[in-house]
Amino acid sequence: MQTVSMNVNGKSVSGEVEDRTLLVEFLRENLRLTGTHVGCDTSQCGACVVHVDGVSVKSCTMLAAQADGSDVTTIEGLASNGDLHPMQQAFKDNHGLQCGFCTPGMVMSALDIVNRNGNNVDEATVRKELEGNICRCTGYHNIVKAVQAGAKNMGA
Amino acid sequence: MYNFSYQKVSSIADAVEAMQKAEDGKFVAGGQTMLPTMKHRLASPSDIIDLGGIDELSGINVDGDTVTIGAMTNHAAVAASSDVQSAIPALAKLAGNIGDPAVRNRGTIGGSIANNDPAADYPAAVIALGATVNTNKRQIAGDEFFTGMFETALEEDEVITSVSFSKADAAAYMKFENPASRYAIVGVFVVKSGDGVKVGVTGATPCAHRGMRLEEALNGNFSADAVDGVEIPVEKMNADIHASAEYRAHLVKVMTKRAVEACS
Ligand SMILES: Cc1cc2nc3c(=O)[nH]c(=O)nc-3n(C[C@H](O)[C@H](O)[C@H](O)COP(=O)(O)OP(=O)(O)OC[C@H]3O[C@@H](n4cnc5c(N)ncnc54)[C@H](O)[C@@H]3O)c2cc1C
Ligand code: FES
Ligand code: FES
Repeated sequence: MQTVSMNVNGKSVSGEVEDRTLLVEFLRENLRLTGTHVGCDTSQCGACVVHVDGVSVKSCTMLAAQADGSDVTTIEGLASNGDLHPMQQAFKDNHGLQCGFCTPGMVMSALDIVNRNGNNVDEATVRKELEGNICRCTGYHNIVKAVQAGAKNMGA
Repeated sequence: MYNFSYQKVSSIADAVEAMQKAEDGKFVAGGQTMLPTMKHRLASPSDIIDLGGIDELSGINVDGDTVTIGAMTNHAAVAASSDVQSAIPALAKLAGNIGDPAVRNRGTIGGSIANNDPAADYPAAVIALGATVNTNKRQIAGDEFFTGMFETALEEDEVITSVSFSKADAAAYMKFENPASRYAIVGVFVVKSGDGVKVGVTGATPCAHRGMRLEEALNGNFSADAVDGVEIPVEKMNADIHASAEYRAHLVKVMTKRAVEACS
């Protein structure tokens, strides 16, 4: 067993986990933060993307023990005082989701894209950088629009 | 994934000691290959020894014409490094096209070459740039490092510490990528320098290799046209659901031509 401690969405948390526990399992099962999803077992779909120390990672492909001591942000950490984060609002406004399964990972990847490319990120860059996030509903078009709109609104 | 015992070490000496004590230990770097492999139960080590706490294994250093990249340096850091971008732009670009952003934030150069996936990108660069793989025991020439499919010259308890690349007069990498994973169906790294032309080919065969016939043709005439007459042995090519052997042989020439054009 391992004792892991980390800061998740601004709160210090710790827990006892099996050595093999994945970060996503720790988030979902120990902390009950079920916004982070698991959509595959091949590290390809991106439904599980969270930020660890400020950058996007696939939480299904990192051990909880490897995140010991880190700052983690999940989809639950974005809204403040009941107001959606501008990127979440942009997904809503632009019909950037249908079933919503991929959405938490899409939003977390989108924020990583804005962090690296700024508020005026172009369409081609968004499409390229969403390569690790798979959506089986939308056809991506409105997701790309949402990411660009969210990026703009974050700068406003 | 079967359970294992996890430990994070903070020095190379501790990593080696932990490996020697383990019944069936494995180092983990970014885990972007190790963890998926374990989830599929294709590997079930007794011990996982995490190299992530060894600070001296990360970072990029330029000394004259040599760029040395620490084994634990992730793909995103190599892609974003202004040192790598100015010394060997093709290498920064290669790193920036591995997988996707989240994979690049975790996956490392040491893990990529130690794993030696037949479709991995870095091996083509290591071979074509004549890089040196530095370990805790010795220095291994790039040409001698990759010994077969998923096999390298590394011993069980040998840790890659860094990889040193020399600047080239011109270099370019072109890959025809698998659209789902971005792994190379075929990738070709072409380098032009004082010692002539070197071509590193990945994805095409079970293990990355030098394209000797392509080098010979390009040393005589460094142009895309020179590639036309080269015969690529179809019987040596990989064949799978992504591409047949004939298609891969064709792609080797197309990617080489594109890389040569990008060099000139
Ligand atoms: C969705 C997805 C897409 C990908 N796409 C690509 C792609 O387009 N191109 C590409 O090239 N790769 C791709 N990869 C693989 C990725 O680049 C991995 O980062 C890489 O293969 C392994 O690096 P790692 O640091 O994660 O190593 P790990 O998975 O931690 O380890 C891999 C192996 O290397 C050994 N090892 C690690 N570090 C050392 C060291 N310092 N010394 C000795 N042994 C060591 C480990 O013991 C293990 O056997 C992809 C992976 C995923 C999940
Ligand atoms: S659940 Fe992590 S990539 Fe699919
Ligand atoms: S909205 Fe259903 S998977 Fe993307």
